[in-house]
Amino acid sequence: MATADTQVHDEHEHGEFIAHHFDNAEQQYDSGKLGIWVFLVTEVLFFSGLFVAYTLYRSHHPEIFDQAHVFLDKWLGGLNTVVLLFSSLTMALGVRYAQLGKNKLVAFFVLITMVCAAVFIGVKAIEYSHKWDQGILVSSAFNYTTVHAVPATAIGKALHISDYLVYLSAVPAILLIGFLIAAVGFTVGGKKILGIFCGCMAITAGGYFLGAVGAQVYMNATDGGVGGSHASQPILLYAQEDHAADDQAGTEHAVDDHGDGNEEHSADDHGAQASHGPDPTKFVRDIGIFFSIYYCMTGLHAFHIIGGIIALAWILWRSLLGQWRSDYFGPVDYVGLYWHLVDLIWIFLFPMLYLID
Amino acid sequence: MADHHDHTSFAHPVSVKLLVTVFVALILLTILTVVSAGQLPRPFGLWVAMGIATVKAALVMLFFMHMFWDKPFNIMAFMSSLLFASLFISMTLMDTGHYQDTIDQFPREPVAQPAAPAQP
Repeated sequence: MATADTQVHDEHEHGEFIAHHFDNAEQQYDSGKLGIWVFLVTEVLFFSGLFVAYTLYRSHHPEIFDQAHVFLDKWLGGLNTVVLLFSSLTMALGVRYAQLGKNKLVAFFVLITMVCAAVFIGVKAIEYSHKWDQGILVSSAFNYTTVHAVPATAIGKALHISDYLVYLSAVPAILLIGFLIAAVGFTVGGKKILGIFCGCMAITAGGYFLGAVGAQVYMNATDGGVGGSHASQPILLYAQEDHAADDQAGTEHAVDDHGDGNEEHSADDHGAQASHGPDPTKFVRDIGIFFSIYYCMTGLHAFHIIGGIIALAWILWRSLLGQWRSDYFGPVDYVGLYWHLVDLIWIFLFPMLYLID
Repeated sequence: MADHHDHTSFAHPVSVKLLVTVFVALILLTILTVVSAGQLPRPFGLWVAMGIATVKAALVMLFFMHMFWDKPFNIMAFMSSLLFASLFISMTLMDTGHYQDTIDQFPREPVAQPAAPAQP
């Protein structure tokens, strides 16, 4: 029985994918379940370090958070929250159908989950590139300027988008084109499942552009600027180029939110050169610390999203091969748990970073 | 052929209705959080937001992550991580809180003030 050659391995004693060192399929499932829960424990502890940093600085230096949060747009953050919650629903549905052995439905829902993840990353790319345009970086490199950087690349100039966005989008663009070519190639070459898989991956890469384009349209519609939406008026003053008198008056009510006198800003609405946003001379000294925390937390989270997409691609592939059945669906369940944890972390990140007042 | 396999005994597919209901609840709570942010006076805003986030997290954990029907041992394992994370936060907060008053006694180099915003 203990032959190394799996091809002559006796399949009668256990079903396919059920390892023989387990008593039965259920024990294998339970063991894997415990394993993934322990991994989730390590993930929670992994993120807890950053949550500690946040809690400490928010508690001991609230002024940093009061000033810096205006750079974040809560509607984009809210959109990302809804997208991730929806992806959690589709993931849970995928797990359900794996338990019922309905592999095509699993593939369908896992694909939607992956597209939602890509949309999230696309929106994040817009947020990040917009901040980088304004010099909003981690604390040691914080160099905020009210004047946006002007695009210098050909694509950036043609589309009126940030150069950083162009660089960030290079990877999804290459993936999209590569997978499309591969999908066509495999399908034509007779390898149908590979063709479908590459097509699904191309659709996922397309999700990134869906998110990025949508967020860019939103930024343009709300005149981008600080935090984007005029609903999130900052406590600080907008830099006003022509109205020195207004500046005088404005200084008095720096505490008042939804500044009535501060609606007007640069007449130049062509994005790239507009000078508007909070006055950096009014910032507290260590305002950049908020962004160190912001970039580390959302960056690490985005990294987990990308890792999740890779894991989901594996599940998608196996679903296309039709490998799930009612006594073997563990991997779908486990990747699902990981995905829900990623969603859980965002559920806390969103109010902590985006909804400060 | 598969004799001792009891196929559906341990699989527990959750009903679509329950999953969609939980999803709708999550969306409503999200809307509530966004709308209530900034409406509440200073110290309460954060606590309410965190409270709603905890409710959302509980919904995700109990139903999406299947914890409602899960083995108690797995639940204990996960809860212990939250326990240790909260210890981490509380201990560090206490410790750093002790010396906040004395931090200002240490000299800091002055930082060059950022230039006033450009006037194109």
